[in-house]
Amino acid sequence: MDPHARLSGHRVLSLSGFEALINSLVEEGRRVLGPVATDGVITYSDVTSVADLPKGLRDQQAPGSYTLESSDTSLFGFASTAASWKPFLMPEPTLLIRASRTTDKTITIEQPEPEAPPTVFLGVRSCDLAAMGVLDDAVGDSAGRHNGVFDPTYSARRREAFVIAVACAKPSATCFCGSMSTGPTPTAGYDLVVHEICKAERHEFVIAAGSTEGDGVLDGIDSRAATTDDLSAIDAIHHEAAASMTRGIDPADPSLAASVPEATLWNDIAKQCLSCGNCTMVCPTCFCSTTFDTTDLTGTTSERWRSWDSCFTNDFTAIHGGAVRHTTASRYRQWLLHKVDRWHEQFGSSGCVGCGRCITWCPPGIDITDEVKKLAAVAREEG
Amino acid sequence: MTPLVHRVVDRHVESDEVVTLAIAARDAGIDPPEPGQFNMLWSFGVGEAPISLAGIEGDVLLHSIRRVGAVTNTLCDLQVGDELGLRGPYGTGWSCNDLGSGDAVVVAGGLGLVPVRPLIDSLVDSGERRVVLLVGARTPEGLLYADDMDRWADSGVDVQTTVDVGTEGWRGNVGLVTMLVERAEFDASDTIAYVCGPEVMMRFAAVALVDRGVAAPSIELSLERNMHCAVGHCGHCQIGPHFVCKDGPVISWDRSEPLLRVRSL
Repeated sequence: MDPHARLSGHRVLSLSGFEALINSLVEEGRRVLGPVATDGVITYSDVTSVADLPKGLRDQQAPGSYTLESSDTSLFGFASTAASWKPFLMPEPTLLIRASRTTDKTITIEQPEPEAPPTVFLGVRSCDLAAMGVLDDAVGDSAGRHNGVFDPTYSARRREAFVIAVACAKPSATCFCGSMSTGPTPTAGYDLVVHEICKAERHEFVIAAGSTEGDGVLDGIDSRAATTDDLSAIDAIHHEAAASMTRGIDPADPSLAASVPEATLWNDIAKQCLSCGNCTMVCPTCFCSTTFDTTDLTGTTSERWRSWDSCFTNDFTAIHGGAVRHTTASRYRQWLLHKVDRWHEQFGSSGCVGCGRCITWCPPGIDITDEVKKLAAVAREEG
Repeated sequence: MTPLVHRVVDRHVESDEVVTLAIAARDAGIDPPEPGQFNMLWSFGVGEAPISLAGIEGDVLLHSIRRVGAVTNTLCDLQVGDELGLRGPYGTGWSCNDLGSGDAVVVAGGLGLVPVRPLIDSLVDSGERRVVLLVGARTPEGLLYADDMDRWADSGVDVQTTVDVGTEGWRGNVGLVTMLVERAEFDASDTIAYVCGPEVMMRFAAVALVDRGVAAPSIELSLERNMHCAVGHCGHCQIGPHFVCKDGPVISWDRSEPLLRVRSL
């Protein structure tokens, strides 16, 4: 980019300027969701002020482990949150239809309008930004362009979301967005992008707009022009974050892993896997769902709801005669190969964005990057 | 994704397990389904199930339903005049148009005769291809659509049936449907085969058809997987890279064989 354009595209906010930014969004009547520390983790919830953010907290993540510890005074000094944005984009549960039946058995069916109030997603990491793009292709408006069907609730919430991305300064030990080409630097898909500079001598926020709406929001906030020092500082954040990640998936490995569906290694993984479904719950792109119907006691009204589902449950593949994937090995294989390999054929990208949540939140600490590597090695030996 | 209200206009009990409902839209209806496609039938307060199209008569849709769970039992219990929800049509059906004058070999097992019923009607109506229908069932009572089989035979279809276990009075074939594939008369070099039934039966039938000389891309299977949404969003019906609800249910043998070969895929 032209250095002058890059300079003029960035503004710098003080801590009170950042507070003013949040206040202005709240005052516009938007629901602001951002990172908060709760129940020993950092996850997304309602915020109305800088005071709600997890100041000075840093996450220590490892396979099967997550702890918080005190760090500097930064507001965004952590990596992947415990939960992704999925709970807000695909609310659990979602009402699909509402129906009533009169005494003469006449049925009326209506589709409720999606609930999608204007919302701010504050603190979106690059991996989660990529995950939204992945979901757009699977169930959102982009999916609608592909096959004419999109999820109205997801799409409406996505359209109503004002996205404030915050670049990761300190990836955790389970992060591997660099190898998935999804981070650590947000490159597109945001309204505003923030770099937090938290040093002894200054605590500031270098911000650029990625949309006209973002420009408009930024215009009303007191800020100063960015300097070349500021840009050097954010470049340093990128480089340090990228260099700190040690895990990864080699782009050549997923298709190799898919070529050995009956390797004994799948059974070895299954001996550790609890089939608990944690990985699918925390994954920002796992979109599988099920439905259930309810009635009132009189049987005159009925509702049909959608809730999240996991390919790790036995019932997930139930057909007449039993479940297709009735072993843990077959279910883990489905999850892993769908995520890293078949997704390409289905939606044109990987389903994995490298957030590392499935590694952190797996009770026995099964590491997707490690398993893909080992499976690819088996394929190379057999090949 | 919202079901349209339909009404049962006729009901026929096929067997202890299977009921055929004739269904018409109360207000707006769906686009006409193609043979091999399916609709989602919704029972008020109970749930939805994917049900193959068994036929179209004008604006009336035929669906044959087997009692296997809560939804299908309440659907089977619907009486003439009762209302239900229906959305569709969904999925990729049989390729049956503009396929030249080669032979059509239809292999069906049990309830697998349902999705091929509109296909056979379409093949008979066009009258351009020799049609061989090979039907297997567990017992003579499991052979569906006796009237239709007589009608098709009268129209020149070579109809062969077999059962796994004969009952008193059964004078027909006893054995697997693959046996019928081995001895049926058709020109394997110019044949499209349509196979529907339990998965193990389809695999053996497809192998028998290949052994006879039918090309794998010319063998079409209608796969069964758990379908909740029918639009590729719920994830349940995946087999390998395919969503059976939209990429299938009809998937040719050259594409499905490598997937069906893997246990519990």
